[in-house]
Amino acid sequence: MLSKRVIACLDVRDGHLAKSVRFVDTKNIGDPVAKAREYYEDGLDELVFYDITASSERRRIILDVVEAVAAEVFIPLSVGGGVRSVQDATDLRLAGAEKINVNSAAVRRPALIAECADAIGSQNVVLSMDIRQVTPDQRHPSGYEVVIDGGRTPMGMDALAWTRQGERLGAGELVVNSIDADGTRQGYELNLTRKISEAVRIPVIASGGAGLPAHLFDVLTEGKADAALVASMVHYGDYTVSGLKSYLHGRGVKVRMSW
Amino acid sequence: MIVDYDAGNLRSVQRACREVGLDAVISADAEEVRRAERIIFPGVGAAGSAMQSLRATGIAGALTDAYRAGTPILGICLGLQISLDHSEENDTETLGLVPGSVRRFRLTDPALKIPHMGWNAVDVVRRHPVLADVQPGDEFYFVHAYFPSPANRGHVLAEADYEGRFCCALGRNNYIATQFHPEKSGRVGLALLKRFAEWDGHA
Repeated sequence: MLSKRVIACLDVRDGHLAKSVRFVDTKNIGDPVAKAREYYEDGLDELVFYDITASSERRRIILDVVEAVAAEVFIPLSVGGGVRSVQDATDLRLAGAEKINVNSAAVRRPALIAECADAIGSQNVVLSMDIRQVTPDQRHPSGYEVVIDGGRTPMGMDALAWTRQGERLGAGELVVNSIDADGTRQGYELNLTRKISEAVRIPVIASGGAGLPAHLFDVLTEGKADAALVASMVHYGDYTVSGLKSYLHGRGVKVRMSW
Repeated sequence: MIVDYDAGNLRSVQRACREVGLDAVISADAEEVRRAERIIFPGVGAAGSAMQSLRATGIAGALTDAYRAGTPILGICLGLQISLDHSEENDTETLGLVPGSVRRFRLTDPALKIPHMGWNAVDVVRRHPVLADVQPGDEFYFVHAYFPSPANRGHVLAEADYEGRFCCALGRNNYIATQFHPEKSGRVGLALLKRFAEWDGHA
């Protein structure tokens, strides 16, 4: 049986970890490579870099970061943030990213998913979705809508319908990020995660809301997610990757325990 | 050397080799394949287009020659699948270094996803120098929808479980191959690559 995965997400701005993330281990402040290495050595199953660089130099900067991390970290590396074309995806792959996350650009132009799947293989195309709960109506029968641009722009699209369309177009995996749960540390959005996981046959990564180890347990069992994404929980030093995995293992969740 | 036949990202394999002290060059030249001291044959993608590319470049013949000459060869993922006789994927005739075929997962449990993607335990069922460091319970990273089914049980080196056991490492003489990705499998994967770097080709 496959193990459930614990994935850490690092936001990178201008080649440094985003300021919104505070780190307790001062020697690692600002250095995505050192942080990635630390998590890798502590048993992380997969790493996601999210590029939030705004400058025009963004592509070169994130490529340098990916290249430096890929030289030291030998687990799957996923990169997202501003991927708009097959060229963006193949550049990142060449720099050492295994998987490419597409989000807003795919909502605006769904064909991007199919183009990327053709170029780099379905299994390497991750459709990342920011989702918000709404009152169910004709346009949003599931009661969830897709928002883009970091949660600012609602698109009038039903989240479940978009999920299925993404799978059909060739996405190999989904990141389900709940805008409502994000940052609350009150737990993942279990209902949303389970609905989506039951609607598709590709793996689902739950994102947004993790604050306690029990939240990971809940989303990997009740929420039926294949992987749980963590950020501030481990970035602030409250928990370690190995500690989270030991906890899950102790509660009977199959996770990779030797590394 | 690492064989380049337009089938995926070879630099991650090269980086992992470098990490264990193996200086590997990437080459798409059939003559270089024949002359190589040691060969890694990776690959992701579809069997059909991969075989077309291997035949068009002459690498298919070069790999078979290198195998017959006793060069240590490591196949990874699609590289493994192409070493058998036939693949269900695109109904493709493949290299035939190891007798057997490659089949698609047919799962009954709707909760199990295809491709089989993620970390899974690898059980060594036959001792092999390249797998010497793999301990019970060690997990490796997999991404695949098809799995190898060698005709000769003696060629199966390791198995994994995904609604039933399947062969995830096979070997014959100086050829060894893994369905999983040692270059993405952390310390245990690097240890496997290091063993391959030191292997003399005798099982």
